[in-house]
Amino acid sequence: MIKLLAEAFDPFEEVKRFQEQSAGSACAVGATSIFIGTMRDFNEGDPVVSMFLEYYPGMTEKQLKDIVAEAIGQWAVLNVLVVHRVGNISPGDPIVVVAVETSHRGDAFDACRFIMEALKSKAPFWKKEQLKSQESRWVGNNSKGYAPE
Amino acid sequence: MSIKVRYFASLKESLGSDGIELFVTEPLTVEQIWSQATGQVGLPDNILVAVNMVYVDQTAEITDGDEVAFFPPVTGG
Repeated sequence: MIKLLAEAFDPFEEVKRFQEQSAGSACAVGATSIFIGTMRDFNEGDPVVSMFLEYYPGMTEKQLKDIVAEAIGQWAVLNVLVVHRVGNISPGDPIVVVAVETSHRGDAFDACRFIMEALKSKAPFWKKEQLKSQESRWVGNNSKGYAPE
Repeated sequence: MSIKVRYFASLKESLGSDGIELFVTEPLTVEQIWSQATGQVGLPDNILVAVNMVYVDQTAEITDGDEVAFFPPVTGG
């Protein structure tokens, strides 16, 4: 399940709904890996008061779908949830939730991380930060944050 | 041929436009579309390109009805 939301959301409610909807395979699920990304109030040493998240309607959903399909092809994945915010966001707001249900923990951890890293490098989203100094700026690049061995 | 060109994020701001409809008489590459649309020679290295919502490189050829999107590195998540 892939969702883009223009309003603030509760990631735990989203995961709860996801688990209810995927209840058909509940007995096969032995592991659920969940990643929640939230907005910081600082970036590159500067205080940030808000952020705008632009996306490419149509392509963003397609990329997310392709990324999930790739994960399903690579690991024994039962169910996947990806929720991502767009629009105006405040510090502390959740930006993204990825939840992966599998039978075994290795697949859950690996597929969840793969989806998250692929999302950050391929899905067309762009962040524009409003700084405390009144200036605004586009975030130039996502940090690497992860170096697969 | 009619080509829909779109720009996003910082590129949209710097070009002062979210896109343009181009009418061309012969098949062009992505790089040639960029030059016709923006008047700039050469596609900057950091600009990503998608044709019909699929990533391509600057040598990809464009056909009638294609949507060509140019945008900066993505920063979601």
